[in-house]
Amino acid sequence: MIKLDAKIPQGRLKEKWTNYKENQALVSPANKRKLDIIVVGTGLAGASAAATLAELGFNVKVFCYQDSPRRAHSVAAQGGINAAKNYQNDGDSVWRLYYDTIKGGDYRSREANVYRLAEVSSNIIDQAVAQGVPFAREYGGLLANRSFGGVLVSRTFYARGQTGQQLLLGAYQALMRQVNLGKIKLYPRTEMMNIVIIDGRARGIITRNLITGEIQRHFGHAVVLATGGYGNVYYLSTNAMGSNVSAAWKAHKKGAAFANPAFVQIHPTAIPQHGEYQSKLTLMSESLRNDGRVWVPKKVEDAKAIREGRKRPEDIPDEDRDFYLERMYPAYGNLVPRDVAARAAKKVCDEGRGIENNPTHEGVFLDFKYAIERLGRKVIEERYGNLFEMYEKITGDNPYETPMKIYPAVHYTMGGLWVDYELMSTIPGLFVIGEANFSDHGANRLGASALMQGLADGYFILPYTIQNYLADQITVKPIELSHPEFEKAEKEVRDHIKHLMSINGKYSVDHFHRQLGRIMWNKVGIVRNAQGLKEAIDEIRALREEFWKNVRVPGTADGINVELEKANRVADFFELAELMAIDALHREESCGGHFREEYQTEEGEPLRRDDLFMYVAAWEYKGDGQKHEWELNKEPLVYEETPIKVRNYKVAK
Amino acid sequence: MANKTINIKLRVWRQNGPHDKGHFEEYELNNVPTAASFLEMMDLLNEKLISEGKEPVAFDHDCREGICGACSMYINGRAHGPATGVTTCQLHMRLFKDGETITVEPWRAKAFPVIKDLMVDRSALDEIIKAGGYISVNTGGAPDANTIPIPKDVASRAFDAANCIGCGACVATCKNSSAMLFVAAKVSHLALLPQGQVEAKERVKKMIAKMDELGFGSCTNTGACEVECPKGISIAFIAKLNREYLNANLMP
Amino acid sequence: MAGFLNSSIGKKFLMSISGLFLILFVGLHATLNSLLLIGPDTYNIAAHFMATNVFIKIMEPILALGFIVHIIYAFILEISNYYKRGPVRYAMTVRRHQSTWSSRNMIWLGIIIFVFLAVHLANFFWKVKFGGVPETTVNGVKMHDTYTLVVSLFQANIWIDLLYVLGAIALGFHLHHAFWSAFQTLGWSNEKWRKIWTTLGDIYAVIIAFTFGIIPLYFYFVK
Repeated sequence: MIKLDAKIPQGRLKEKWTNYKENQALVSPANKRKLDIIVVGTGLAGASAAATLAELGFNVKVFCYQDSPRRAHSVAAQGGINAAKNYQNDGDSVWRLYYDTIKGGDYRSREANVYRLAEVSSNIIDQAVAQGVPFAREYGGLLANRSFGGVLVSRTFYARGQTGQQLLLGAYQALMRQVNLGKIKLYPRTEMMNIVIIDGRARGIITRNLITGEIQRHFGHAVVLATGGYGNVYYLSTNAMGSNVSAAWKAHKKGAAFANPAFVQIHPTAIPQHGEYQSKLTLMSESLRNDGRVWVPKKVEDAKAIREGRKRPEDIPDEDRDFYLERMYPAYGNLVPRDVAARAAKKVCDEGRGIENNPTHEGVFLDFKYAIERLGRKVIEERYGNLFEMYEKITGDNPYETPMKIYPAVHYTMGGLWVDYELMSTIPGLFVIGEANFSDHGANRLGASALMQGLADGYFILPYTIQNYLADQITVKPIELSHPEFEKAEKEVRDHIKHLMSINGKYSVDHFHRQLGRIMWNKVGIVRNAQGLKEAIDEIRALREEFWKNVRVPGTADGINVELEKANRVADFFELAELMAIDALHREESCGGHFREEYQTEEGEPLRRDDLFMYVAAWEYKGDGQKHEWELNKEPLVYEETPIKVRNYKVAK
Repeated sequence: MANKTINIKLRVWRQNGPHDKGHFEEYELNNVPTAASFLEMMDLLNEKLISEGKEPVAFDHDCREGICGACSMYINGRAHGPATGVTTCQLHMRLFKDGETITVEPWRAKAFPVIKDLMVDRSALDEIIKAGGYISVNTGGAPDANTIPIPKDVASRAFDAANCIGCGACVATCKNSSAMLFVAAKVSHLALLPQGQVEAKERVKKMIAKMDELGFGSCTNTGACEVECPKGISIAFIAKLNREYLNANLMP
Repeated sequence: MAGFLNSSIGKKFLMSISGLFLILFVGLHATLNSLLLIGPDTYNIAAHFMATNVFIKIMEPILALGFIVHIIYAFILEISNYYKRGPVRYAMTVRRHQSTWSSRNMIWLGIIIFVFLAVHLANFFWKVKFGGVPETTVNGVKMHDTYTLVVSLFQANIWIDLLYVLGAIALGFHLHHAFWSAFQTLGWSNEKWRKIWTTLGDIYAVIIAFTFGIIPLYFYFVK
């Protein structure tokens, strides 16, 4: 049993971060030079942390699997970034942003962390603007805001539909500046394969150069993981092809607790799957729901006719259309939160009314006909022209003439490595930031909060908290790479690779990954139940066994081998998948992105069980590498200052 | 429509490392769904090659939604293929005809050496940014974001430039392998904003010096880059870059 | 400054400045040539004025320098750019819709113009400078009869005329890209001005090519 000490500072909520900073240990400028920090991942969290640590004077080594740090998947975030600036004078405040976040997360995140996030949110915008991030502006030259994800204030800053890209470029440029100054050494096309623990502390990593296949050892006084989420366990998701859990998972198996793995956010508006060969899902901006009306045919036979191409959506008269969100949630209609919209879509498709011609018939219409009638084509073109164009490029359909087809897709994972208030995992010296930690989003993340959290961690939180850890490390001399623990960790990597290469089975990695994805989507997806989860656990175990017997990795390990990279990642996904199902099974309640069929109200709304489950489930790895077992540790969530409410979208708030 | 398929022939550049001479290999691929993206078609090809015990084609890709800039193929004589305003991952097979032969080559430029097959080394672009493609501010100490008002159209224009995804299609397309559009995009993005004007002169000098040093060609204003740029970045920014550079060098 | 002139943009700057100077020169030259169509005396007076004017005398070596810089830097840039393409070329390139034919073939157009220029200098400039031109008297002033020199050359040999027409066409296509490109290189362009420069450039190119091209044909076929 590990001791989960969240190390929450003393004082009132609004004083905690200030108290912490005033009392924490710092490292003197002369000593910073003597300390090496490893940062894995160059998304918003990793790039901002690396740049800031280097600016402070630490020696930083940065790793990413992409060919350039600028390509990390933060780049794909569209919507925006929240900050409690209250520029719109509409009543926003740190408290309100904090409260929206914690309530949106269904009270499954830590009060003090979330409050701090809201506190530093404003600094992020200042920093980004100083770096030259071209946020949208009003005619007067001040920053523009919009309301996002159904909150009552306009606090979202945005740069067209590419806020993530612009923020990442800001962080990437800051990072490259430090590379130029010699404070950061950059290792692109390099994947972290293992973590090195010496005397109970994280002291380094083992990497594989994806071009030469070379296995390398790297020492650091501290290791920071900023490796993103694990949505790709579902095979199809909106994540990048290379997004993976491996770095976090390797740390987990060496002692870092993994928290709330079952909390996955499913975004309601992606383009549906169109075939077996499909490699990823593309998100359509959530803003489309502002003007589009979601529907499926009322009659199953109409849906069938549409799927088979015998009828077109335009042929279905209004009275035969089921605008199910408007019907089920009259107060919010098409603008219900992500999880609610996703579940509703699944429900109508399960009834046989899905309209997409794919194996599972999963898809619903998002229709702009009514908005065009009401506002005119020109207005719609101004608002969504780019998105419509993108949609047409991908699908070949013109959304001005025929309704868009959408379906939920795995988008973000709230779960991740457990961290304390200092963002340190249960392994001393191992810090985890951004989507990779179990984070501030509880059971469900608000729109435009992922960018905020990644940058808050990287720019403004970790650079402080890591010093509290490093302050007494200045006397530690860099450990020789020939240390037995480095030897051991490297050998584990080599054995693992050798094993994968030697199986020489019948099927490609993708073959297994696709099947794993299907199990996860069907049984650990939008809606879950005990029976399905138990089945999922058995199926995952069986498929994993089959994977280790029958996967084929062609080529050699000493050079570019994309199949080997995939095999490494999928092997870890298999283990994570089991834990996700176990976590989902143990959490006998519905909250946020986790919906258990057994736990719903009479109206079919999620039933949260605060008396039993108001805690973070931090799983400790107890397996031996062959058989995987986990022990549950609970961090109770105490809400000292926050009123606790139940979400209800049937009626207006 | 979703189930329509075509049969194609592929002529793909295979090169086993930077020092290998490289050659074209031809493959036939049947029943390719027209709804598949070009990279999904490449996945199908690779799956086929693996099942035949052959080595799959190496190519860069990641986000597969047109924003990370990783994918980089020269398809039928054009960077990112026959459609405009898209990256290779956004190109779909419905644009190709049944029975068509599709030629796929890596980006070719002295500054982008081939690593393997269709994968090239574009770290030269990072080097250019490293040389000065930033505003030198440390974290913390930034004034309130609304302290400096920036006209809406200026911010919007800066965004037009900042839109660059660093894919290198401009270099791949240019007959001189010039990186001027890439550099112009970053120089303009930062020089347009008041925050970036402070060190604009130093920045443009450093970036151009690095660009020249890394083996990119010079611009002859053919304009091919803006046609193939998946983000539609205008060569008006190259004029802006020239202006910034001349200003930095010739004005007191 | 040396660093500037060695940079890629610096070299292009020299191409642009020398090019703009040559653009002015061909304009002046074409204006003068058009006087051939009016009559011997008008043309000879103008030619005489040009030959004796102090300003023109000063400009002559500068003009020569303009040509030399333009030509030398054209080759330096072209050869350097060729190598920047890398060791292996594309097996297939489709450039039609990306850029104009002129913009991709400036060096070849330039070479044609250069060949023409050599012949042209031998035909006229050499003779005017170093003798062999008949003399005439207009309004009591003794001067070279360049009109006769020109007309007799154009009437003597159709191949010479065709070379001149070819030179004019090549110059026209060269200008089609050169005009706006010179301003682009100087940074005096954006989306709006690009349209203006290309339109002006095309009008200019057509006028220049037409003026230069029509004269030899006029004298061979009409006179």
